[in-house]
Amino acid sequence: MSEKINKDNPGSSRRKFLKFGLISGAGAVAGGSLFPSCTDESGGETVKVLTTDGKIVEVPKASVKTSRQLIQESKQGIPGRKFVMVIDLAKCKNARKCVDKCQEGHHLPSHQEYMRVYLLQDSDKTAPYWFPKPCFHCDNPLCVSVCPVGATFKRSDGIVLVDNERCIGCKFCMTGCPYSARIFAWEHETVFETGVVYNPENSVPHREGTVSKCVFCADRLDEGKLPHCVIACPMGVIYFGDVNEDSVTNGDETVKFSELILKRSGYRYLESLGTRPNVYYLPPVNRQFPIERGFDGLDESIQERYKDTPYVKNRTTS
Amino acid sequence: MSSNKHTDTSAMLQEFAPQLNRPGTKSWIWMILLTILVLLGIYALIMQIAHGHIITGMRDNVVWGIYIVNFIFFMGVSYAGALIGGSLHLFRVKWRKPIIRIAELIAIIALLIGPLYILLCIGRLDRLPNLALFGRIQSPITWDVIAISTDIFGCIIFLYLSVLRDIALLRDYEGLNIAPWRKKLYRILALNYRGLPEQQERLKRATDIMAAMVIAIAIIVYSVLAWIFSVTLQPGWHSTIFGPYFVIAAVYSGTGVMIVIMYIYRKIYHLENYITQKHFVNIGVIMLVLAAFYGYFTFSEYLTKWYGSEKNDEILIKVLFDRYYWAFVISNYIGVLMPLIVIGFRRLRTIPIITITAVVVIIALWLNRYLIVVPTLESPYLPIQDNRTDWIHYTGTWVEWVLTLGGIAAFMLFFTLATRLVPVIHVSGEDEVSPLISVKNEKVPEE
Repeated sequence: MSEKINKDNPGSSRRKFLKFGLISGAGAVAGGSLFPSCTDESGGETVKVLTTDGKIVEVPKASVKTSRQLIQESKQGIPGRKFVMVIDLAKCKNARKCVDKCQEGHHLPSHQEYMRVYLLQDSDKTAPYWFPKPCFHCDNPLCVSVCPVGATFKRSDGIVLVDNERCIGCKFCMTGCPYSARIFAWEHETVFETGVVYNPENSVPHREGTVSKCVFCADRLDEGKLPHCVIACPMGVIYFGDVNEDSVTNGDETVKFSELILKRSGYRYLESLGTRPNVYYLPPVNRQFPIERGFDGLDESIQERYKDTPYVKNRTTS
Repeated sequence: MSSNKHTDTSAMLQEFAPQLNRPGTKSWIWMILLTILVLLGIYALIMQIAHGHIITGMRDNVVWGIYIVNFIFFMGVSYAGALIGGSLHLFRVKWRKPIIRIAELIAIIALLIGPLYILLCIGRLDRLPNLALFGRIQSPITWDVIAISTDIFGCIIFLYLSVLRDIALLRDYEGLNIAPWRKKLYRILALNYRGLPEQQERLKRATDIMAAMVIAIAIIVYSVLAWIFSVTLQPGWHSTIFGPYFVIAAVYSGTGVMIVIMYIYRKIYHLENYITQKHFVNIGVIMLVLAAFYGYFTFSEYLTKWYGSEKNDEILIKVLFDRYYWAFVISNYIGVLMPLIVIGFRRLRTIPIITITAVVVIIALWLNRYLIVVPTLESPYLPIQDNRTDWIHYTGTWVEWVLTLGGIAAFMLFFTLATRLVPVIHVSGEDEVSPLISVKNEKVPEE
């Protein structure tokens, strides 16, 4: 493939640049073999892009935007929208489908999660509960305030994104976020070698030495699709919608956001910090599953995460 | 009276000339040893760039570790040098002459090394220009970049003004056995200073202005550094007293470094006649006052956290008194009480005991910064739930320790080199009318 390009443009410095890019791209293909037969028939240059379903496809270069254009466009929110997420703790049984789908869709290494599920218990006598936690896309985001280069930004539709092409990796945003929503690429991972055109709206590919986080699947929202986690959840735990339209949906049912919050006493986590999150929680009342069900079928390494929680400790002693 | 002073100057110059001459074997060994340590640090840095930050102990929760501790530490030492040097000069403290240059050198050398440690925390060094290209004034990091670069300029100018007279002396002094390039360097750096009355007047005015400015800049810069932590919502950092607390802790640790350096140079260069017990006691008294302030701030900080006991403060206090018990004891009990006792009792005020106390203070204050940075990051609002122990608890790896050692070695190396270029003690008098002319005059009979 790279040889073909070389014949097309012999001797130019641009060719050298292309060659380098394509060789590394070809390596990724051979390694991943996700799409074995995707050469452009017409012989023109092709690039890889990530579809909103998390698949990598090869398309003619002329038909897609460059990552520079995508970065520029990602700074504009979707007009008239104000996105919100509601997570129903009564229905969560730690099935981890949201986590898996999110990692797959964003090509994350298995040990890095945008969506994390905590086992929380506010105090000794209160009820334990499973607590899925994405980025809260706060309206008063400290991560955005402290960024020295404007690599993380807040859009008009409420979404907070990271520009991984600009991020210098100082990690100040990670100390600024009180919800531990951000992750750092501590080393180069093979999953970063997707070779796709970078788009902040899906944060693929992640770059070594930079910070990333949940993006509310902004690329999917552009196409009117729900975020990966919402679709993946078999219990319909996660609702997603628009405050301006006052409606949220978990894919099965669509409800009025204000009514849902009113009826179920929705709240925001650590409201007292003044970050004004756009993720709401419904308390775990009338829960559909006993807390124990959350341990069913968990990998041992995932089980181990919860070994120091008060719930597990009390369970093993009693 | 005036001529008496000039004799002092030329005698001192003769005495200090050997320190500036071509280095001897011991000197070479010392400098080569330090260079090797610096090179090891550079090797560790290359490894870190090649393999990624994964080879450090830093992870998603403790995103900053020993590097940021060293950053705070070196910056603190620098501000102490600036504050002490500036104050000694500005208030015309009588006993300042033998030790003021040590303070000034500390200020600038620590300031050149400190910021390197924050660079080590940065994941993409290749994108550093973004700080200038896309800098946002809302970010405390930008405040810090502006503040530190201002401080570097201020301290260099202050140091330069204060060594200018000595450089002019060295330019005209024939008794030096040095390479020709150094003679040329002195000639250039002396800026044609001849000790003319108007030159002296101008130099004095400029030095006074810069002395006042470095004091102000030092306080502002270190407060800005403290705000990097206190503007966040982290339980152990979100504190209103962090600005003054950091400034006090900085000067406190700096007095420790100052005493240790005074001790070393007194021993090696046999400066017993210049740096006397009085200097140790005087700086020791400053250290005692700062120890009291430091203890007071530390107590206020933890008392309010413990007494009011918000949930996350309580968790943090528990971690400090459990996992970090000994570090806490050394840093906040011994680090406060030892100077109070040693300097407080006249009989304990000997040079070795004061120096040992200074070493303890340095260690205590380094640990203090470690206790501010690491336990807080290990106790976020959402409890860390992970199966990887290195994700839960931070421990520095060899890369971080080698780079720490490299930084300390670089500090010592630069200090050694600086004191080979200019005498470690001010040679020129402060109030002389025309020191240079008199030195020349007095040299004639010798030849």
